[in-house]
Parts: sequence; C-alpha cells; structure tokens
Amino acid sequence: MNLTPEPLAYELSSPGRIGVALPKCDVPVTTVPAHLVRESLKLPELDELTVVRHFTRLSQKNFSIDTEYYPLGSCTMKYNPKANEVAAAQPGWKGSHPLLSDQNSQGSIELIWRLQESLKKIGGFSAVSLQPAAGAHGELAGVFMIRAYHHAHGQPGRVKMLIPDSAHGTNPASCSMAGLTTVTIPSDADGGIDIDALKAQCDDTVAGIMITNPSTLGLFERNIEKIAKIIHDAGGLVYGDGANMNALTGVLRPVDVGIDVMHFNLHKTFSTPHGGGGPGVGMVGAAQVLAEYLPGPIAMEVSGKYSMKMPAHSIGRIKAFYGNFGVLVRAYTYIMMLGESGMRRLAESAVLNANYLKARLEKTYTVKYPRRCMHEFVAMGGVLAEGIHTLDIAKRLIDYGYHPPTIYFPLIVPEALMIEPTETESKETLDGFVEAMLKIADEARHNPELLHDAPHNTPIGRLDEVAAARNPVLCYRG
Amino acid sequence: MPFIPNTDADRAAMLAAIGIKSVDELFADIPAAKRFPKLGLPEGLSELEALREIEALAARNTSASSSAWFLGAGAYNHFIPAAVPALASRGEFLSAYTPYQPEVSQGTLQAIFEYQSMMTELLGVDAVNASHYDGATALAEAVIMAVNHGGDSRPRIMIPAALHPEYKGVLHTYLAAFAIEIEEYTDAPAIAAKKADARTSCFVVAYPDFEGRVHDLSGIADAVHGAGGVFIVSADPLMLGLLKSPGSYGADIVTAEGQALGNAMNYGGPFLGVFGVAQKFVRKMPGRLVGQAADHDGRRGFVLTLTAREQHIRREKAVSNICSNQGLVMLMTTIYLEALGKSGLAAVAELCWNKAHWAATQIAAIPGYAVADGTFFKEFVVKTPVPAKHIVETLERRGVVPGLDMSRYYPSRTHELLVCVTEMNTKAQIELLAQSLKEASR
Repeated sequence: MNLTPEPLAYELSSPGRIGVALPKCDVPVTTVPAHLVRESLKLPELDELTVVRHFTRLSQKNFSIDTEYYPLGSCTMKYNPKANEVAAAQPGWKGSHPLLSDQNSQGSIELIWRLQESLKKIGGFSAVSLQPAAGAHGELAGVFMIRAYHHAHGQPGRVKMLIPDSAHGTNPASCSMAGLTTVTIPSDADGGIDIDALKAQCDDTVAGIMITNPSTLGLFERNIEKIAKIIHDAGGLVYGDGANMNALTGVLRPVDVGIDVMHFNLHKTFSTPHGGGGPGVGMVGAAQVLAEYLPGPIAMEVSGKYSMKMPAHSIGRIKAFYGNFGVLVRAYTYIMMLGESGMRRLAESAVLNANYLKARLEKTYTVKYPRRCMHEFVAMGGVLAEGIHTLDIAKRLIDYGYHPPTIYFPLIVPEALMIEPTETESKETLDGFVEAMLKIADEARHNPELLHDAPHNTPIGRLDEVAAARNPVLCYRG
Repeated sequence: MPFIPNTDADRAAMLAAIGIKSVDELFADIPAAKRFPKLGLPEGLSELEALREIEALAARNTSASSSAWFLGAGAYNHFIPAAVPALASRGEFLSAYTPYQPEVSQGTLQAIFEYQSMMTELLGVDAVNASHYDGATALAEAVIMAVNHGGDSRPRIMIPAALHPEYKGVLHTYLAAFAIEIEEYTDAPAIAAKKADARTSCFVVAYPDFEGRVHDLSGIADAVHGAGGVFIVSADPLMLGLLKSPGSYGADIVTAEGQALGNAMNYGGPFLGVFGVAQKFVRKMPGRLVGQAADHDGRRGFVLTLTAREQHIRREKAVSNICSNQGLVMLMTTIYLEALGKSGLAAVAELCWNKAHWAATQIAAIPGYAVADGTFFKEFVVKTPVPAKHIVETLERRGVVPGLDMSRYYPSRTHELLVCVTEMNTKAQIELLAQSLKEASR
C-alpha cells in the first residue's frame, strides 16, 4: 500500500494548467448570450502527468481482488478475467448508440439475446430482462412485477410481502418503494425459515415471499419446495434473491423449486468487476407466470434478425435504454469461457472452498448454525476473548494483507463474520488465510492491544465516523 | 481451469480435511430430483475463441468511430482523453468492492470525495452523492424524495412535456405504487411554474429539454418555493461548463446524466446518474455519500457517511433501496473532470456550442429545412421536407448518422430530426451533413 498522504486534486491545482489539448474551433464563433453564461467554475487545473500520478497513487491505497484476497461474504469477490475487459473495449460496442435502428445494432442486440438465453438455461427461466443496473434494482423490478400481477388479476389488496429475518436490507427497502408492507419471518433453530410462523401470515393479503437461497447464513433452505407451495396455495408469488447464486450454477435451477421471479447479480456470479461500487447488472428472470411482466425492452430473435421489444404486460422501463450493456459483454464472455461443465465446476469449487475454510476455522471461531454450508458461512468473532470484537479481528486481518470478511451481517448472528472464499482462490491462499485467522485468535488472548489498535500498516488508522456524520464535510471547501 | 485453480488432487485433500468423500455430498441439502440438471449451454471456449466471437459480434454494429455522427438524444459522442480509461482500468480500482473498510479503500473513497466536490461546484448545489444508475433513475428518485417530503397533501408533480421520453417512462415505472398525479406542462418553465400550487410536491425542469431547448430558469424557484414545492432540475452537466448552474437559479435537487463526461455511449450503458441537493435536503437524499474524517492521529481520511439513511441500517424505512451504483463510471468522470479542469471543460462546452450553432445555420440555409426556434446548446430540432425516417435511412447508408427521427417517440412528428453536434464533429463533417440533407430532400 502507498502510505504517503495524497493531496486532493484541488490542492495540487495551479492556475493555467490543463491536462488535455483540445482542437481549435474550425467554424465561425457564435456568441453565447451574456445572461446565460456562468460566472465562475472552480475545478482543479492540472497537467496530465499530475493527473496520472494522482490516480495511480490513489489506486495504491486500495485493496482489490487483483492485489489481495477478499473473502467478503455475500459479495462474491471472485477474480475478474482480463479477457472480459478486452471484450468490453471493442470499438463496435463503445461507439454503438441505443437509439440507432435495430438493423444497425445487430451485434449489440444479438449479444443481449445470447446472454438472455444463457441465463434462461442457468436459472430455468421462461424469459429474462437485463435492464436493471444492480441487485437492488433487479429486486425493485421483481416486486413491481409481483405487484402488477396481483393488480392485473383483480387482487390489489395483496400488499404484504414476507421476508425472512436473515434477508439483505434491500429486500424490505425495495418493497417500500413498491408500496408493499413487509412482515419479518423468524428463522428456526436450524437457520431455516420457521414454517409455522410463515403459515400464520398466509392470508389473502399476501403478495409473496422474498427468499434468498442459499440464505445469508450460507445455508440452503431445505424446505424451499414446501415454502413455495405454501405461498402459491395462499395466492402469493415467490421472489428469489439471487445474491448467492454462486453456490448453485449447474447445481439447481431456481425455477425448478418454485421460484417465480429472481434477480442474479451478474457482477457477483458472472464475474464482472465491482469497480468500487458498480456498475453491476441485476438481471431479472421470470417463470412463465411472470414472463410478460418483465421490465423492457428485451431482445427477441426471429429468423436470425434481432430486435428489442417490450413484453406484453411489462412494468415498463426501469432505466433508460437497455441496461449496463458494457457489463453484459463481460458477463457473456465469462459464460462463454466457462460453458456447461464450467458452471457446475464453479459452484462445486465455491462450496468446497467454503466448507474447507469452515472445517479449518470452526473450532476457533464458533459457527452459529454448524450444518453443512454452501458458498459461504457465518462465524462469530466476539467469542475469542473478553473485550475483543469482530471489528478488531477484521481490522487485524488487514495487517496480514487480507481484506476483512463482511462483518455484523446478517443481523441475527451476534458479532457476525461472514466469509465467502469464492471458487477462484487456491488451496494455498485459503491456507494462508486460515493461518492468519488462527494467529489473530492467539493474539486476541495474549496480546489484545494488537487487535484494538489495528490496522497498523495502512494510510490511515480507524476513522472517527461519529464525528464525520455529526458535522458532515461532503466536498472540498478550500 | 484458468479461473478455478484447485485441481482434483487439491479437492481430494480438502474433502479429507472436511471429512467427506465426494463433492456431491456437499449438495445433500438440494432436492435430489432437481440436483445437477443439464443446462444445455455449449462447452467452454478458450480465451482466443471467446474473443473472436465477441469481436465478430461487435463488428456488426454501426459505430460512431467510423461514421459522421450527429445522434445524441440522451447518449452523447464526446472525446475521452487517453488517461481516463488508462487510469480507471487499473485493477486496484476495477476489482475493489464498495469501500466499506476505509483503511484499505482510501483510493476509491478519495476519488468519490473529489467527484462530489467537483460535481457540487458544477451543479451549484451543496452535496452530491456517489452516483445513481443513470440520469433517468436519478430523476425518478429525486421526484420520490420530493413526494415523500411533501407528504399526502401534495399528490401532484409537474414535469415538462419535453422531458426525455425514456426518463418519463422510468418515472412512471417508479411511481406506479404511489397515488401521484403527473402533470405535463408545455409552456416555458418560468410560466408553467406559476401553476404550482399547495397540492404540488415538485416542479421539474429539463435543462436543456429533450428537444435541445435551453430555458431561462429565472423566477422559477420563487414561484415553486412560494407554493411550498421542491424545484428539481435534470441537467446536461457538460453544458454547465459554460452556462449557469441550476443551483444558481435556486434549484433544490439537481440530477444529471453524466455519461458525456468521460464515458463511451456503449449502447446506452453503463451511464452515470448524478444527484445533488441543497443543504436542507442532505439528510433526506438517497445514495452513498463520502465524508471527510480524521483518525486518532488526526490524519485526514475519507469514509462512507450519513449511512443512517440507507437500506442496510433502516431496511423498510430507508430513503431508497439503492446500494451498488455506478462506481467505475463515476471514477471515469472524476478523471475526466480533473484532466480537463476549469478551462478544458469550458472549452469543450464552447466547441459544442459553436459547432452546433454553425451547423444549425448551414442546415437552415438548405431549401425546405428549418431549425426550431429558441436557445439551444448542442442539440436542436430540424423540420425536414421529407420524412425524417427516409433521411436517416438514406444518410446512414453513406456513413452519416444525421440524428434522431422524432417519430420514434412521437408517431405524428414524422418530419422532424433531432440533431446533435459536439466537439467530435469537424467542419468537414458538418458540411457533409448539410450536403447530404440537401440531396436527401430531392
């Protein structure tokens, strides 16, 4: 890591500098009406080399998959193949425009169609829309679809969405944006959905259930078919949150166990880069019952000609144009390279890696639900020694050169440490991580200050986040 | 496999450590009848084969890189300095996650803070978030924010009839569950704003509007605020390098599509949703925010802040469900703005202004053609003597993409073309466009 403080661009600025030479104006000038012209524009003034060094140095202050192991639970930080980047950088994509005629965009539309077809096969879907830009955006599309379905079937009173207590916060937040109310369903002693509590909520106001499977505990919901039947019998629909699809590619098609609509995060399962917070794709797939409600337009093929069309009862556009196309190119490239057997090998390896890590760590770090995990598991960090918290373990891991796991989520596990190794890590990397975790456990007992003061070798130490939120400074103030 | 390193020997050792005999045992919880289906995908390709397929597909598109390009309408052809992709594609940026651990994410966090700082200045607001999915969803979330702020007694929103049709579509999708009256106004915004009343939660202006018109925003804030509403502007941020900011006219929320600032058209995505607010709305805004903080030694650092608004804390009471956004696109824009800087951004905006106005003069001089009245920046409507569809098809065959046939969105407007001119268009290309239009009308 680059430990030298990097000034803000504004602090590097010097009047009169510029980082790009622009062409001279080759047409006669037209005066801009004076009352429209802005008076000042306070942007930094930098030469090109200063810009290049500034961002190169900033990049050196990040952990990333390309530089460090990143076992961040629920986020599926797998390696992003470089071929994906070459694929997405083709001039034929970069210069293609969403409002050019379909005839002049056959390459783009065929790629969208091929990716739709691949994802239909992987999920068992009848149709797929690639328009949503992130997982939460796909969720929003999905709950809009469920709402639209009930309205179209004369049941606008179905406004209650059931959500397990282990769910991501986006599930209830998406429901609120779709005008639905949410009811939390508790987990049973085994980490699954409490079936009795579920049945008790199944009245004629139920819109459906949002279920993450494997759950955020990393556990496969063994009653999934039973749960889907209970919901369907009550007139509801089943939403599948595909955040954890990495455990299931080539293992289980979600539609086969009763899922009606589901999003996949292409930036997780299908290895497009996270980019420090996006862009992603929250593709939505639907079983027959909801296929015509998908957001659109989506790609269609007739006799080798490709076009973009709106599904018959579409909820409409959820984004301008056709989604994060550049990300679709990357995901499709990855799927092409993996192929049929690669898909299964992916999930097998992700699940094997997680179970291996769990087996090696669970004697030291208690796992609340100790049954077989899928692609991730949730350990507890606060059990090592008095006064040691999960946050301390997370920060100490940084000193050993590992990005911390997801911490304090899911909310139902105290002091949660959610560990997702992914399939792209070797046994040697996993062993190195285990050694660090065991060393930290030892330090927690014998030298707890090492944990409390961690991290030690980073550009900054722990920040005073409370003070930052009390008096927020959200931009440079000179 | 290149992306799945563990060999069969590694797997055997790991299975032994777990205490099981086969990988299949790990999947015992999956319903047996549904387990390990045949998907029907082709077998995997090598990198070479996969890239050949992709290259062949990409080559089937008509691209701005090989045409005289005058099509905009929400996705714009602008110059991208080499430093932008070179720096943004560094693996340390590309393959990092959302910066939840600030000690090992200062690169991403400082870049977001710099983006927030520059964008705040450009829009003339007090705070800008770390991005939305695109300009359309940013506007939809701005309207939802205003509707929530206004409460049940303000079910009416006012939007321009000349708002981008796809933005309008997204707005309708997002508002489906709200009992909201969407009123489209056709007057100049300063006149329409006088009709904002005690039932109006917000008044939206497009700056410029879909047809390229740049309206004077003076007086709108007083009218809207006088009625107790929120004044929202959806802006072209590149234009703001030259023209007055929405904030200087008193806008409360400013959204924008940031693609033009350093990002390719990419068949419509990924784009950049820009979202900024005046001070009094900071704690009500959606999206991630980065703030300045200090560590125990007083060292300056940056951290995600005001998270109590967000879904992972507030769940169903969150102001929005957004989490992943357009981080890398935002980074491209940050690099773009720093590379161009104060004088560069103004210069690009001036080039667009001058070339567009000269192009409009050339086109207006062709018999049968007319340019719509009003102030414009880089885009304007041309009335055509023959159907615009015919013109587009004819010119595209000779490597000129003349603009948007307006009947795509408005079926009755068959003889109108929306033309966009940027710094990418040379004088020779503009002359070629004018000459081609002249020939196409015969």
